[in-house]
Amino acid sequence: MRRYVYIDDSDQQDLYCDNRISNRKYTILNFLPKNLWEQFSRFMNQYFLLIACLQLWSLITPVNPASTWGPLIFIFAVSATKEAWDDYNRYLSDKQANEKEVWVVKQGTKKQIQAQDIHVGNIVWLRENDEVPCDLVLIGTSEPQGICFIETAALDGETDLKTRVIPSACMGIASELLHKIKGVIECSNPDKDIRRFDANLRLFPPFIDNDLCPLTINNTLLQSCYLRNTEWACGVAVYTGNETKLGMSRGIPEPKLTAVDAMIDKLIGAIFLFQIVVVIVLGIAGNVWKDTEARKQWYVMYPTEGPWYELLVIPLRFELLCSIMIPISIKVSLDLVKSLYAKFIDWDEEMYDEETTTPSHATNTAISEDLGQVEYILTDKTGTLTENRMIFRRCCINGIFYGNESGDALKDKELLNAVGSNNPDVIRFLTVMALCNTVVPLKSKSGVISYKAQSQDEDALVHAAARLHMVLVNKNGNILEINFNGLVILYEILDTLEFTSDRKRMSVVVKDCQNEKLILLSKGADEAILPCAVSGKQVRTFVEAVEQYAQLGLRTLCLAWRELREDEYKEWSLMFKDANSTFVDREWKLAEVCQRLEHDLEILGITAIEDHLQDGVPETIETLRKAGINFWMLTGDKQNTAIQIALSCNFISPEPKGQLLLINGKSEDEVCRSIERVLLTMKITTSEPKDVAFVVDGWALEIALKHHRHAFTELAILSRTAICCRVTPSQKAQLVELLKTCDYKTLAIGDGGNDVRMIQQADIGVGISGREGLQAARAADYSIGKFKFLKRLILVHGRYSYNRTAFLSQYSFYKSLLICFIQIFFSFISGVSGTSLFNSVSLMAYNVFYTSIPVVVSVLDKDLSERTVMEHPQILFYCQAGRLLNPSTFAGWFGRSLFHALVVFVVSIHAYADEKSEMDELSMVALSGCIWLQAFVMTMETNSFTILQHLAIWGNLAFFYIINCIVSTIPSAGMYTIMFRLCKQPSYWITMIYLMELLCISAHCDCRDGPGASA
Amino acid sequence: MDVEVRSTSGSGGGTLPVPIYRRRSNAYYRFTQQNLPACKPVLTPGLVITIFLLTGVIFIPIGLMALRASQSVVEIVYRYDTDCIHESFRSNKVAYIKDRSISKNCTQFLKVQKHMKAPIYIYYQLDNYYQNHRRYVKSRSDRQLLHGLKYNDISSCQPEESNNGLPIVPCGLIAWSLFNDTYTFSRETAELKVNRKNIAWKSDREHKFGKDVYPFNFQNGTLVGGGKLNPNVPLSEQEDLIVWMRTAALPSFRKLYGRIEVDLEAGELLSVKFVNNYNTYSFGGKKKLVLSTSGWLGGKNDFLGVAYIAVGCCCIFISLLFMLLHVRNSRIFFGKYH
Repeated sequence: MRRYVYIDDSDQQDLYCDNRISNRKYTILNFLPKNLWEQFSRFMNQYFLLIACLQLWSLITPVNPASTWGPLIFIFAVSATKEAWDDYNRYLSDKQANEKEVWVVKQGTKKQIQAQDIHVGNIVWLRENDEVPCDLVLIGTSEPQGICFIETAALDGETDLKTRVIPSACMGIASELLHKIKGVIECSNPDKDIRRFDANLRLFPPFIDNDLCPLTINNTLLQSCYLRNTEWACGVAVYTGNETKLGMSRGIPEPKLTAVDAMIDKLIGAIFLFQIVVVIVLGIAGNVWKDTEARKQWYVMYPTEGPWYELLVIPLRFELLCSIMIPISIKVSLDLVKSLYAKFIDWDEEMYDEETTTPSHATNTAISEDLGQVEYILTDKTGTLTENRMIFRRCCINGIFYGNESGDALKDKELLNAVGSNNPDVIRFLTVMALCNTVVPLKSKSGVISYKAQSQDEDALVHAAARLHMVLVNKNGNILEINFNGLVILYEILDTLEFTSDRKRMSVVVKDCQNEKLILLSKGADEAILPCAVSGKQVRTFVEAVEQYAQLGLRTLCLAWRELREDEYKEWSLMFKDANSTFVDREWKLAEVCQRLEHDLEILGITAIEDHLQDGVPETIETLRKAGINFWMLTGDKQNTAIQIALSCNFISPEPKGQLLLINGKSEDEVCRSIERVLLTMKITTSEPKDVAFVVDGWALEIALKHHRHAFTELAILSRTAICCRVTPSQKAQLVELLKTCDYKTLAIGDGGNDVRMIQQADIGVGISGREGLQAARAADYSIGKFKFLKRLILVHGRYSYNRTAFLSQYSFYKSLLICFIQIFFSFISGVSGTSLFNSVSLMAYNVFYTSIPVVVSVLDKDLSERTVMEHPQILFYCQAGRLLNPSTFAGWFGRSLFHALVVFVVSIHAYADEKSEMDELSMVALSGCIWLQAFVMTMETNSFTILQHLAIWGNLAFFYIINCIVSTIPSAGMYTIMFRLCKQPSYWITMIYLMELLCISAHCDCRDGPGASA
Repeated sequence: MDVEVRSTSGSGGGTLPVPIYRRRSNAYYRFTQQNLPACKPVLTPGLVITIFLLTGVIFIPIGLMALRASQSVVEIVYRYDTDCIHESFRSNKVAYIKDRSISKNCTQFLKVQKHMKAPIYIYYQLDNYYQNHRRYVKSRSDRQLLHGLKYNDISSCQPEESNNGLPIVPCGLIAWSLFNDTYTFSRETAELKVNRKNIAWKSDREHKFGKDVYPFNFQNGTLVGGGKLNPNVPLSEQEDLIVWMRTAALPSFRKLYGRIEVDLEAGELLSVKFVNNYNTYSFGGKKKLVLSTSGWLGGKNDFLGVAYIAVGCCCIFISLLFMLLHVRNSRIFFGKYH
């Protein structure tokens, strides 16, 4: 399927959608049905709806249907309002984008229209600092070289400026003529890949160009980018509206379910089953009692012949009576507190990075509890553990080591002398450093040159070259201007063979403008460059140099060059162009073509770049390891570099204490043997107090994952630490997957685009908003400024969130079960007929107000101070093992609610009024008993009282009395004057005090012996 | 959405957002940092022991007072449903009670054991009678009780909502099964006056039962349940009905019948004339007559007093136990140090 875009042709423009951006989920008309439909696709809501509908049948309803409809409607209204508000905000931002004025050429004349009216094929004109309204193919700019600069921060988070060039076919067309340009662009259907655009352009007469001109992503201006440093640019709209690359990549990510949520769902299931059992048992008991006893009771007047559904009536009544067992408000309260946890993370000033002024941010508000249960952390190295601030430290040029003594090659006299004396090797080395990159030099008005680089390595190299008098001064289209010792040298870039993580190298073909020589300049990882070297030439020294540098934890790059023959280049250039304009597997074909040029390279030297550790990294890793979290390092770097970094950041212990086991091998057998050997050693050493870690490289990992998955999984379980080097993004994701299949909670942390897959795969993805752009931070659930904040994120926020949710959910079950048990007990003394002790208003208010307000405030509770947790990270074991929320703790709460219900019921029946007790009075006594109980349980379970908790607990108690007193003044209400009557009687208050004291004693004994005791 | 937000802030030339919370008030700031001042009650052994001891010390006197109050209430309970049946009908009580031709009068004598101070409350007690049965408890119409025939929707009163096509006032099973035994008391020879006014709640009389609602079509059906009502007295003055319609929560319950407003001396013999109309025989219910004085805690109920004393004792025992443990443990602790 292909798309043909005719430039400025009004006949064709209706083929595709206009540029109206719509992120809205709803319209005013479909909001209600669609939203309701969505809400009712959840099981809980269906269940409650069924209950609510059953309640409409007055024969079986124990209470007024309002007691379920009320909360149900309330909860629906809350979520619907939230949805509506979000949607309204989306609508507003859409509207703002849609109604922006843009200049467009229509039928040869320039007009100003709203952005939403742009159609495919229109020519859009942009000025400096304008936002690109839709995806355009660039056809003209103000710059004579046909380039323009754009900032893509909104798209991929990269803040450097990128160059975009106009296609060769449009080169040199005057700006007036651009109004009249006609042609066709053949491109693929919309997709979301922002790094790829495979298309061809053919212009119509009079702009005759017979060639199909291939277009790449470099010829495009994508929606939401900004035009910078360019007076104007214009382009043809190819994708509009929601079909732009940005629009296509907007999607709703799959919601992640936390372990706590899964457990809560399980518990709800268990309660549901319990409820069914209760309903069946009581239903049968009720029917039996009815037939044996109730028929004799003339005052109940059971008809001798009932309708066909008579047997069902009592079970259904109990079903309705017991429906409150599942707390209707639990999801809403959980959502509420979860967003509060997320806010706490956003607000936390101790996780605010002063240096880059980035606060922490929780993108995913629903998974904070999982943070407290993390068992494995998979971390990237560069930019995550290290600062990703590259500094050129040493180099080895043609076998001579520079910078070994001083530790800084830029200060090495020998190198400076070599540069001064025009040593040809050194000059060539510097030329590659300065030219072989995609850096854009920007000259400010004061004449200072700054560089915009996508890769920190390139930045370091260009800066170092500049310090060594090889200054990249200007990039003018394809012409690079170099200033070497005051001598201006010009180079023309003919082709760029781009860097990909598979190729691990990049090259440029340049023409020296002085002598018209063609040169291929390459740089890349040693294992990508060295095999391409001219055979038998000094490669050994370079290998040694790489080894040596890696030992020091430095990043190495290999620089090489080759002079090209004119005819060789011409031949290759055709193939390259061909490959460039293919649609299928363009990347792969390009790599193959590049391979044909990158051979017989002359190795110039090795650069060694230092990357500082971020501060606080060793401490953070040590603390988190003490907390029982296992660390895996996944890096694209070399084994030695990775091991050095791992040693310096406490990842692994040095020799006698720790032991490193290598898994290597090139073939299946070798890897298999290696794994077995490592496994054996691991098993032997498990008894010793030794830190054992295994190291595996990408190649062996590939084999291990493919053929020895089982053994490798076993290894993964045994090993607390692992270093995986030379791994690709997809392998990172596979490792996460592997640990997840072993039921471990994984957290992946990274900073760059290559970590995105792993971050998305893991249970929790943490992105570091670092120098490699915001791509990782965008994809992640949490973004933080520095690695060291991870400690606080897990130990403080994760742990508190887990504890709080564990309490909140179990408490919600407890309070619902409590009132339900009282109803069940009452049914035993009311002839198992399904009478409700409580009236409808009380039941409704109990669930929605009396019990949910204090519990939501309980999220402010802190069981231990932040300092204690930070100093004793072992405390996290409790959360990791899920000790606070599991079937046995739930059983504790269940037993507690049963016991409390029994106490409240027995005491209120006997103590309060005995035989004189009247229904409304008894129900009020039991209810106030429950409310007092809630206050009491909350007080017992709260560890630290802030003003808000006091307010919520005691205020709630007062609120209960106020509300009921108010209701008691209404003559038509069922409980008219009841509350006043009760409050006047001393026996009521004595009963309440007695209840509290009784529970206090039992709670105390409970705490001493029972499972309720917390750490 | 994040994308949109970013793009707008990005165009602003990268002005760094000053955290909003820094500008806000201190309390809010501390809330955001989860750093609100908080008190952490620590339960030290000393505190626990003190609390328990204190509760024990407070609870036992309260318990004793409650028990005293309950003990000072004098109560006479007399079950009459079996005694009031002729010997000949003892084997077939249901037939006896259903037979309208037999006189249901019966006279029994009650001995006052202790001095009873006025007012003496007269209750009737029914056991094994489920006023809280769902079918029963729902079968009433509060609106009809207040508005009478003006209120038509009496479907809630089923199965006793209408008869011969005419609505019943008061409708429903509760009213239909109105208790209709009566008691007359005499002391030696003189009749003892029983005050049967003001036995129902004032709020019920005034706001729940209509002043101009008269019984209509009541107990006219083939199946007569309990007592009949005088159709010329408005519902708000039918106090027996009002009392009856305050449904009891437990299957054995007492309801106020009246008050004796003179003291009764110990050793006095009361003669009570029962009219034993109400059928509890078919389901094995019991009928009792209760004469009781009243204390500050209400009627005779030992439960609270006993419970308080038990809990108080328990508290003191626990506190002593803890004290013992504490002393011993700290001694061990002490020993370890030396």
